[in-house]
Parts: sequence; C-alpha cells; structure tokens
Amino acid sequence: MITRFLAGGLERRINILLAILVAAAVLVPVLHLAVPASSPLHMPTYVVALVGKYLTYALLALALDLVWGFCGILSLGHAAFFALGGYAMGMYLMRQIGARSVYGNPDLPDFMVFLNWKELPWFWHGFDHFWFAMLMVMAVPGLLAFVFGWFAFRSRITGVYLSIITQALTYALMLAFFRNNMGFGGNNGLTDFKDILGFNIQADATRSALFAASALALALGVLVTSALVRSKYGKLLIAARDAESRMRFLGYRPENIKLFAFTLSAVMAGIAGALYVPQVGIINPGEFAPANSIEVVVWTAVGGRGTIIGPIIGALLVNGGKSWFTGALPELWLFALGALFIATTLFLPKGIVGAWEEWWKQRRERDGRAPMMSARNPIESPAE
Amino acid sequence: MSAKTTTSILYLDGVSVSFDGFRAINNLSLVLEPGEMRAIIGPNGAGKTTMMDIITGKTRPDEGEVFFDGRVDLTKHDESEIAMLGIGRKFQKPTVFESHTVEDNLVLALAGPRKAIPALFHRQTKAERERIDEILQTIRLTARRDELAAALSHGQKQWLEIGMLLAQDPKLLLVDEPVAGMTDAETEETARLLREIAQTRSVIVVEHDMQFVRELDVKVTCLHEGTVLAEGSLDQVSGDSRVIEVYLGR
Ligand SMILES: Nc1ncnc2c1ncn2[C@@H]1O[C@H](COP(=O)(O)OP(=O)(O)OP(=O)(O)O)[C@@H](O)[C@H]1O
Ligand SMILES: [Mg+2]
Repeated sequence: MITRFLAGGLERRINILLAILVAAAVLVPVLHLAVPASSPLHMPTYVVALVGKYLTYALLALALDLVWGFCGILSLGHAAFFALGGYAMGMYLMRQIGARSVYGNPDLPDFMVFLNWKELPWFWHGFDHFWFAMLMVMAVPGLLAFVFGWFAFRSRITGVYLSIITQALTYALMLAFFRNNMGFGGNNGLTDFKDILGFNIQADATRSALFAASALALALGVLVTSALVRSKYGKLLIAARDAESRMRFLGYRPENIKLFAFTLSAVMAGIAGALYVPQVGIINPGEFAPANSIEVVVWTAVGGRGTIIGPIIGALLVNGGKSWFTGALPELWLFALGALFIATTLFLPKGIVGAWEEWWKQRRERDGRAPMMSARNPIESPAE
Repeated sequence: MSAKTTTSILYLDGVSVSFDGFRAINNLSLVLEPGEMRAIIGPNGAGKTTMMDIITGKTRPDEGEVFFDGRVDLTKHDESEIAMLGIGRKFQKPTVFESHTVEDNLVLALAGPRKAIPALFHRQTKAERERIDEILQTIRLTARRDELAAALSHGQKQWLEIGMLLAQDPKLLLVDEPVAGMTDAETEETARLLREIAQTRSVIVVEHDMQFVRELDVKVTCLHEGTVLAEGSLDQVSGDSRVIEVYLGR
C-alpha cells in the first residue's frame, strides 16, 4: 500500500529532481573526500557544509509549502518546528560529549553544572540513545502541531488570525527557551558538540555523510509530498484551501484534512532541523525568532508556492544570495530580503516556477500544440 | 413532534432566528413530503437562503423544530454530519473547486468515505468512473471534463454544482437560485433536469425566475419577512393579493 502510494508521486519532473538529489548525495562526498584538494574538481569542506545547510532549509520550505501552497495555511511559525527538531538532535549531541566537557562532569552538560544542578532533568533522559532522539525529532514537533492544529482548525481560525497565532507560538517558545531554568542551555543554547554516532562531528567524512543524509532526506520529503498531493487526499487539501464551506456541505471535515497535513509538515520541519544542527554545530533560541519563520515564507514565495520544486529552488537561491550578500554588504541584507519579497509579490505572484510554467503554457498554446495539457497541469494544482 | 414529522422528509415548525435583533426568520413552518419538489419564491431578504442555512446546520435557529426524515433533529448536528445524513446543497453563488478540473470536482463530491487518511490510498473503482461519466453526460460537461472549473461560464458552474449534488447522492436537495446567469434555453434545460432529479429525491428550489418556476410545475411557497405568506399552486400563489403587493407587483 505504501509503495503504491509513493509510486503515485512519480512524474517526469519529480523523477528528475529525485535523480539530482540522489546524484548529489553520491557525487558531493566523492568530490569532497576522494578528489585531491589540488584538483579544481575538489569540493572544499566549507562548501559541503554550506550546501548541506541549504538542503535542510529546502526541506523546511517544502514542509511549509505543503500547508501554505497546497492548503492555504500561512504558517508564520514553521521555524519553531525546525528548532524543536534541532533541539532534540542537540540534546543527543550534548549527551555524546560526556566527560570531555570543560567541567568534565560525565553525567551533566556544562550549563547544568554551571547552574549547580545535581542531576539530569527528567526530560533529558533517553537522549543518550540515538534512536530515542530521532523519535523525539519527529514526535515533539508533530505532537505540538497536532495539539495546536486541533484547537485552531476546530475553532475555524483561518487566514491572518491563524498566521498571527503561529507567530505568537514561535515567539512564546523563543522566550521560554531563553530562560536558563528551562534546562535547554538558555541563550547560549547547545553547542561544542564532539561526535555523532561515534564519528567526529568535525571530520570531513562526517560532514560528507551529513550532506548525503540531508540530500536523501530532501528526496524522501519530495517523494512523500508529491505522492500526497497527487492522491485524492491532495485534491482535498486544495479543495480545503479554495472552498472550505463547499467541502463541509459535501460531508468532509476540512479541519481533519488540514490537521493531517499540518502535523506531517511539522514532522518534516523537525527532521530538517535535526540535520541542520550537526552541520552548523549549534542550536540556540534565536532559531525560534519570528523573523526566521517569515524568511521561510519568503523562500517559498520566491520559488513558487503550490509547486514542489518551487520552495526548493527558492530556499537555495535566496540563501545563496544571502551568503553572498552578508559577505559583501552585510548591513543591507534585510532590506534586500524585503525588496525581494515585495518584488515577488508584485511581479511574480506565482514565484519563479509559477512564472516559468505560465510562460511554457503560453508558448504551447501559441504553437497550438496540445492545449488541453495546460488544463491538466494547472499552476496551483498538485500536478508537478 | 407531531404525526407529521414521522412521514415527512423535512419538517420545520415555529422556527425563528435573529441577527443582531433583526428577525430574518420569523415563526417559519414548512413541511416537505418524501419525493416532493417545492419551489420557494419571495422578495430579496425574505429569508430563503437563511432557511437553507438552518436546514444545513450553518445557522442555529433561536427557537423552533427542524426534523429530517421523520426523526433526525437537525439542530443537533453540524454541516458535515447533515451532509452525511443525506442533505445536499447548491449555494446561491455557484461554489465549485475552481482550481480542480470538472472531473475532479465530481470525484470529490462522489458519495463515499470522507476521512483524510483513507483518501491517501484511494483508487478509483470502475463503478465510480462510470458514475462520473454518467453525471458528466447529464450535466452536459463531458467535453470539458479535463478543464479547470474556473474556466467554466457562470451557467456551467451552476450545472457543475448540480452535478456535484447528484454525485453526493442525497435524499434531499436544496437548490438556491439555479438559473441565475443562464440563457432561456439553459433555464429550460435546468427545469427539465430538476424534474428528472425529483423523480427519485426530494427537492427544494429557490428561484426568482417565474417562467422557470412555471416550468417546474410544482407546489409553491412564498416567503416574506421570514415567514410563509402563501402556499399552493403557482396560479393560486401568484393570484394572492398580498403576494402581488410584496413581490410580483413591483
Ligand atoms: N449571517 C447573517 N448575519 C446577519 N444578517 C444576515 C445573515 N444571514 C442573513 N442575514 C439577513 O437576513 C435577511 C434574509 O437574508 P436571506 O439571504 O435569507 O434572503 P433571501 O431570501 O435569500 O434573499 P435573496 O433573494 O436576495 O437571496 C437579510 O436581510 C440578510 O441581510
Ligand atoms: Mg438568497
């Protein structure tokens, strides 16, 4: 049943995207590890880490697009799910440090020793085990999204009100995580990681492996999202976006349709966060900052919401631009980001991918070739 | 509950609802027998759409009884439950899923399970495909099945929405202003279609177009200020002096 479901998502453009991601997962480690540093084909460590980080952003944008593009839920709090996944991974990495920390306490992370705590709080138990941490990476964001969505969708909160409360959610979490006595390291967060699954986290091979894991996680996210939006459930998602009351009078419960997508999306965001943290080496409460969630919206809008490729292209391009910009003109980045968002809204309302599809469609129609195809592949439809 | 409720498909008694002190529905009573088609007429703001809102669970009445199928108290259910009980509704402003194809609109309306997770693994059956082909023929949209609903004309959207009602397979259809925006020929076709539908189901049609109501050739109820002003054959109702005064005579 699951394989048949996933096979339903395969389509030419998705296949190409999956092929690129899998190829990157193999080639980048080869270029990084096997090609000598003197060769022009060699991939330096900082590039591997940077692009690996972008891939986790792309997965986060794809998760947002599942609820925003396909279901009309403009979440301004998706970075919270990403950060929670990141914290779960960070907690595992903290436990791996053991007695190698500055204070050398084998049972407690440094910040707890500093706070004079005598024993590990209950919610840190289990994080010594990788499998448990990975379970929490998915369960914590998923559960929070489920409970939040349960109340919000049942109360029929939609539109801008929903956006505002998602923003409030991430803001509240940020304030909570800033507090030292929450037990998550306060404003320093979790850092100074040593190894992951027994491998040195700074080693080139580990970095390559994390890159490959990010590319494969994104590929899996693409496959699942594509299968989902092309199923009958995907049609219901779009229906809930466009005419919620029509759905109710047909006997559907749009709140349940939305809840499933919102929860799944939070899980995807959590996985992205878990892959992000070992690659950047730190997680702190700044990741919950409201502006972070808004940036994800900009990536998705620029690339093209309601498509699968759009948010990925958007995340890669905008972050590539950001890296260049913060190197060249750091103080202007926020203005550039704002201008980009306004320009997209005004001139490319369907994003880069949407505009490209429109252009392609027009060209086809002008040439009089297969005009019906365009109706089959509407910009806003699940067909990718 | 009187004996009436046990045999009628729809039973409204003493229903009232106010919006900010304004009585949109005022002590309204109406009974529809199984298999009956009823036309509702009345001036703008008479409460015709609000009555449908009450029957379909969108608006809760302040007082009064609303029973379906002789026993179900509709005031205790919400929109989705009422739809699943077998009441379908066409909105006054045609409402279809604009970014879906004509065919997909029918796929989503088709009677069947309404849960989220099974929809992930849903495969269309032969019976479903045949039913969709059949409905597409009935609503004359076979040639446009692969086009987006957004591309349809106003009249065609009305038909698509009626087709969605058919796919839903309800016992009772509430049809709000089905011929608005249609040509005379289309109007005539719609009357024929509704008469055909009414052979197997109960139907309430709200319409201002008197020619269309005449073609339906059924019992007529005239609403005014949220209550029944007159009821009977079209000739009786349109001959009523109060109906002429508030509605027809304008
Ligand atoms: N949710 C609401 N809130 C406030 N007032 C409402 C609401 N729904 C309906 N009304 C008012 O109730 C009255 C009856 O409206 P309704 O839409 O039922 O009339 P109608 O008979 O369908 O008219 P029309 O022929 O124009 O469609 C109107 O005055 C309308 O403004
Ligand atoms: Mg009305």
